[in-house]
Amino acid sequence: MEMNDMSIVKYYLVKILIAGGATIAVLWILTPFIIAILYAFTNPADYYSPNIVLPLRYTFEHVQKLLALGATKAIFNSVAVALMTIGLSFILGLPAGYAFARYIFPGKDSLKLFIVSLRMFPIMVIAVPLVTLYIRLGLSDTLLGVALAHTAMSLPFVIVITSSIFAGVPKELEEAALIFGLDRKGAFLRITMPLALPGLAAAAIFTFIMSWNEVFIASVLTLTNRTLPAFILTSAMAATDFIKFAAGFIMILPAMIFVFIARRYLITMWGITLR
Amino acid sequence: MSKSRRDFERYIPYLLILPALSYLIFFIGYPLIQALYLALFPDGRFSMENIDYLFTSPFSRFEEAFANTILLVITIIPIQVAIAIGLAMLFNMKFPGRNTALYMVVLPLTISDVAAGLIWYSLLSSNGFFNKLLINLGLISEPIQFFGYQFRHMEFLAIVLTELWRATAIVFVILFAGLQMISREYIEAAEVFGATVWQRIRYIVFPMLKPSLQAALIIRTLFAFQIFGVVWILAGRDIPVLAGEAYYEQVELKHTGVAAIYALIIALISIVIGYIYIKLFKAKYLEV
Repeated sequence: MEMNDMSIVKYYLVKILIAGGATIAVLWILTPFIIAILYAFTNPADYYSPNIVLPLRYTFEHVQKLLALGATKAIFNSVAVALMTIGLSFILGLPAGYAFARYIFPGKDSLKLFIVSLRMFPIMVIAVPLVTLYIRLGLSDTLLGVALAHTAMSLPFVIVITSSIFAGVPKELEEAALIFGLDRKGAFLRITMPLALPGLAAAAIFTFIMSWNEVFIASVLTLTNRTLPAFILTSAMAATDFIKFAAGFIMILPAMIFVFIARRYLITMWGITLR
Repeated sequence: MSKSRRDFERYIPYLLILPALSYLIFFIGYPLIQALYLALFPDGRFSMENIDYLFTSPFSRFEEAFANTILLVITIIPIQVAIAIGLAMLFNMKFPGRNTALYMVVLPLTISDVAAGLIWYSLLSSNGFFNKLLINLGLISEPIQFFGYQFRHMEFLAIVLTELWRATAIVFVILFAGLQMISREYIEAAEVFGATVWQRIRYIVFPMLKPSLQAALIIRTLFAFQIFGVVWILAGRDIPVLAGEAYYEQVELKHTGVAAIYALIIALISIVIGYIYIKLFKAKYLEV
């Protein structure tokens, strides 16, 4: 009887510990997000008032001012670079990912090991030497130049992700299509591609976020055509607090939207890319 | 006819991989060689002037940058790993709302270092949330200063907090995935044979989690040596770090040769750590 009481107490104690731990973890992550978003829209008087912890009145003027300072162009540049990066890294990476998923060939393991280990390469170090090359090629201070470097950054990830996505599409379906008269290309386009599409879309989002977030290469390679993080890095230092808050908000916005869209794939995808 | 067709088929995978492989070799190999050239042959002839600059120029803060980078790495990573282990074990249990909580905890994965720096600036600035909260709770009477050269130690703390908030999720995801792969049958078997909770963790969970733990450790270490955005936003050059100095020498001072040396140092550190990684977990890698 006593034993039984003890185990009931222990049961609830464990429940409370789990609930408490999870609550603390969620609060630790969410509080900075919420504060940063509220402060991006705070009324200046509320921000400077020592007694008002959370702003009560809100305004769009900080975001508007940031956009007027040049963030609009920087956002456009960032999106353009990210889209070019997705295009380039998928054109190059998709075939390689498919080859690793579907073919058995001599040297496969070493090639895969090589590409996988390139994910670990600190890609930022290519930025400084690329400046010299880009001057010669007429690519200095261009969005294409940044996109080419971002492609080098995201390509190993795209190959690994697409290979794992293609490996997840049953080979039997493709073989069935071959038996029913489609050729290899037809089987790929009509069977494998549609089944792989949701995963590939998530991979594209992953690539977008990688490029959108990258700051070092973009700041070194551009001067007038800054991407958003490069623009913020060079101008936020001297700006008022409000501009910094607005900049933080604009930087996290696409990531939050994409996380919501791709949340089903998020953890799996990071699991694949980081393993 | 059919033989030459089969010969061609044999080359298909190589043809599919070749474009990506050539691209990567060019965009990583060429800059590395070019960096060596920029660093050691500034005027076409071999010269130590860029290396001398690192150690003797009044502009150079190489030693500080090296020390700060290592200090940040050894401060941040052990705490991150400890928190991530705790979180992974917590989320490995079933409780209501677990999936929602999981999405929230991994949210910082998508946040850039620059954005994370700005977010934490809004928390820690002298009119920020943290100071006002403590003042209104009556815990402090004057705001705690986190920013400015004379408050470098607090800047260091702000960087550590931001990095813990931003990058612990990476370690957590790897460990969580590792825990999920451990078959429940092993643990149930141990339970049947009367193992206590601690024994189950010590003799089953921990050994099976070890590969993930090592992987997480090294991935985080590699990225931590590239720390830049958070530091630049929160402390500028008050706390010089290797990547920050590379940026400063290149963009502000136009010392491309010196910036190239910093790039090579970061690459060298990563290659050494990466080499250890591959040596230790070769089998693990090939499973991908």
